Amino acid sequence: MKPTDITNPDYFHKVVDCQWACPAHTPVPEYIRLIAHGRYSDAYMINWKSNVFPGILGRTCDRPCEPACRRSRVEDETLVKGKKEPVAICRLKRVAADYKDEEIGARMPKAPEKNGKRVACVGGGPASLTVARDLAVLGYEIVIYDQDPKLGGFIRTQIPHFRLPESVIDEEVGFITGIGNIEFRHQKIDSLKKLLGDGYDAIFVGCGAPRGRELDVPGRKEAAANIHIGIDWLSSVSFGHTTSVGKRVIVLGGGNTAMDCCRTARRLGGEDVKVIVRSGFEEMKASPWEKEDAMGEDIPILNMLVPKEVKHDNGRIQGVVFEKVKAEYDAKGRRSLVPTGEPDAFYPCDDVLVAIGQENAFPWIEKDAGIEFDRWGLPKLNEATLQSTEPKVFFGGDAAFGPKNIIWAAAHGHDAAISIHKMLIGEKVEERPAPGVNIVSQKMGIHEWSYDNAPTIDHRFKVPHRKKEEALKDIMAEVELGFDPKLAYEEARRCLNCDVQTVFSGKLCIECDACVDICPMDCITFTENGEEKDLRARLMAPAMNPTQDLYIGNDLKTGRVMVKDEDVCLHCGLCAERCPTGAWDMRKYYTEMTHAEHACRQQ
Amino acid sequence: MTYIAKPKLHHPSLVRNKAGFTRRDYEGAVSTLCAGCGHDSISAAIIQACYELDILPHQVAKLSGIGCSSKAPTYFVGASHGFNTVHGRMPSVMTGANLANKDLMYMGVSGDGDSASIGLGQFAHIMRRGVNMTYIVMNNGVYGLTKGQFSATADKGSISKKGAANSDESIDLVSLAILMGATFVGRSFSGDKHQLVPLIKAAMSHKGAAFLDVISPCVAFNNHAGSTKSYEYVREHNEAVNRLDFIEDREEITTQYEPGTATTVQQHDGSLLRLRKLGEEYDPSDKVAAMKRVQEGLAEGEVVTGLLYLDPTPKDLHQNLNTVDVALNTLGTADLCPGSATLDRINASLR
Repeated sequence: MKPTDITNPDYFHKVVDCQWACPAHTPVPEYIRLIAHGRYSDAYMINWKSNVFPGILGRTCDRPCEPACRRSRVEDETLVKGKKEPVAICRLKRVAADYKDEEIGARMPKAPEKNGKRVACVGGGPASLTVARDLAVLGYEIVIYDQDPKLGGFIRTQIPHFRLPESVIDEEVGFITGIGNIEFRHQKIDSLKKLLGDGYDAIFVGCGAPRGRELDVPGRKEAAANIHIGIDWLSSVSFGHTTSVGKRVIVLGGGNTAMDCCRTARRLGGEDVKVIVRSGFEEMKASPWEKEDAMGEDIPILNMLVPKEVKHDNGRIQGVVFEKVKAEYDAKGRRSLVPTGEPDAFYPCDDVLVAIGQENAFPWIEKDAGIEFDRWGLPKLNEATLQSTEPKVFFGGDAAFGPKNIIWAAAHGHDAAISIHKMLIGEKVEERPAPGVNIVSQKMGIHEWSYDNAPTIDHRFKVPHRKKEEALKDIMAEVELGFDPKLAYEEARRCLNCDVQTVFSGKLCIECDACVDICPMDCITFTENGEEKDLRARLMAPAMNPTQDLYIGNDLKTGRVMVKDEDVCLHCGLCAERCPTGAWDMRKYYTEMTHAEHACRQQ
Repeated sequence: MTYIAKPKLHHPSLVRNKAGFTRRDYEGAVSTLCAGCGHDSISAAIIQACYELDILPHQVAKLSGIGCSSKAPTYFVGASHGFNTVHGRMPSVMTGANLANKDLMYMGVSGDGDSASIGLGQFAHIMRRGVNMTYIVMNNGVYGLTKGQFSATADKGSISKKGAANSDESIDLVSLAILMGATFVGRSFSGDKHQLVPLIKAAMSHKGAAFLDVISPCVAFNNHAGSTKSYEYVREHNEAVNRLDFIEDREEITTQYEPGTATTVQQHDGSLLRLRKLGEEYDPSDKVAAMKRVQEGLAEGEVVTGLLYLDPTPKDLHQNLNTVDVALNTLGTADLCPGSATLDRINASLR
């Protein structure tokens, strides 16, 4: 194998599994350390820069970082007394938001003098707000259009307030609009051509995936009065138009919207609320923790049932008939649901909430407006620049590639802002900025490091919840209470500091084996070089995870190579501590994505 | 030394041996020796050997004298018995312990100062008595604890860190051990675990006096140009006469050997030693040839390593003394003091 090129910023970035997995690449270990230090405002600002909505995401993020967390690969069930669990990254983010200084607003940027360019954002959700934030600080004049009376998009309309209090949304939307140069217009856009004609220099489309998928079964039309599309119903609840629901409620669908629907129904008078899903429990799209929370509120989840017919008595709903199915897999591993042949199941109900998916819809974009769409009805985009076939128009969030989540929306917002800025100052939009990397050795003394290098063996700490009886009574009462500072400190200590990298210099190495002998995870081997597959099998411990790199160090006197399996490294620094010549050093690689503000060479 | 304990977390693929332990279970406290010390690598090799031999830690007794090397037993097989003796007197304490309880596995760990200077007399006598043990000298040719004076094993002409040349003849412990009657003698290098681990395993399985001289560079005081015990020098001058594969008796032999390239020796306990030839013809069972080869190496400035001498069916101290079958410390008063009637009978038989 070739020696590892650690000058490529992606190499060590990838070792920070959480940050690499995050669409916005938030520097997770850095803010977790700041939380452990009690520096909540600093932790908040790192998040705010990177993901724009720390308080919101700290409650609602899909947390792609957590399944990636190294902790869930290296924990030992007997030592931690429980199954392997990642660090509670998401809920630590909330801690930063909960305990930040009151005066944090003073640290937010202010818009400079206007640069004379105007950008329109269609839709007031997280993607548009990110674009607005990144461009307003550069002097652009931003106009955000939304059909709803307040900014926030689906964050405000579809996430129930018992999961995300409105005050949190108001505060974080306020941080963005407070920058200045951002105008909100409560106005539904019904023509892209008209908008293009309004003289904007660029248009960003962040209008989400606004259409809930329909249920197409007999009886649907007749019983329409008691069958509701999930996202529309949630939004109606959010604005206070809907305040009650029948006692018996069936929620169709297995995603997070279904979970929000059923838990909301429980708070509006639903006593017998069920979630009924086509697929098996494991394949459900809802996050595991959301399923847990729903079941914790006495909501059963029934699987392998496909809705067949809505029974009604002259339009008065009686219940839903389901066909029982089982999963069968073909030779290629593709799943199909086939009837089991058992008798159909009937579940009586008073209301049905349909949460079986969302679709993109762009009825306001005229066919001849210059935007090409693919066969799934999504705009044709350059994936890196998010530019559409009309160079002035960019897409992001759910509007770009179909329904994703808030953190993807923020990431798209950053990328689109870079593209818009580059385009408007005459740079090539395709040339993307490299991330900024700040490298600092952590060595303080012979055996002292400026980070807490002793890994703990604590099991993941649980976020305290409000008592169920209280929570179900009040739709505005937030269920999760968040970590207190003490729990947050303990949980933060579970972080392995994966951004503090083991950096190897072969020229200094005397091949004494001290690092090999001390490494608790057996990740270091000195051996003859070979092909990757061969090397992976003959290390101190086999490197069985091909998604994790081998770090190859050369320049050794014996001509051998140093091979380090990054997969299970604890970043405890013992290799560097036992190294007599300083051939190993622990260096913090603080990797930060470059946003529009610093993305351009011509400033 | 380190400020944090070695984390308990371990590689997910760590497997348990027949005794039910992982390799990590054979570790001791975190080393307080200098970073990069060869002794730590030898400790790691002992840990690996004990793990692979499925040894029960409570059946091991580690004895040592004084010095950096004699601190090392703290850093391996923590759950075993240990005795840190007076300087140079480990052999006599180990002889006594072995006489009292022959059921334990004895491991003596010493250094070149402890064994070749103050303890040279004791070293000679434990070898000639054939105590059933594994005696490991962590040999760095220097007094590390007193900041780098030459020890008795430093080669004549080698240069100290301060620049002085050694004018004294060196003591070659391998030659001495063979001469004194040790029945398993090998030499290895702390930086070559592939060679060292099988040697330790074979030595621990040997039912007699087994001696291993392990060159172990002192990173602080003897790892410079001009030293003959530095990592670089030993790597450049290492002449391995054979490669040892240790095969436990019941284990299936899976490795294929080209005919004529390996010889097999069966030890008393049934374990098989496969000696792979490395270029030269070398017969470790020929004591005179072994001494000759080791001396030739010394004259050439080579570090001759490998299994240098082996008597596969030795007699140990207990056999020589014709002691009873059980360990002496298990004998009760009735066995040890059979009473006046028995004494009278013995006396009568002599009249």
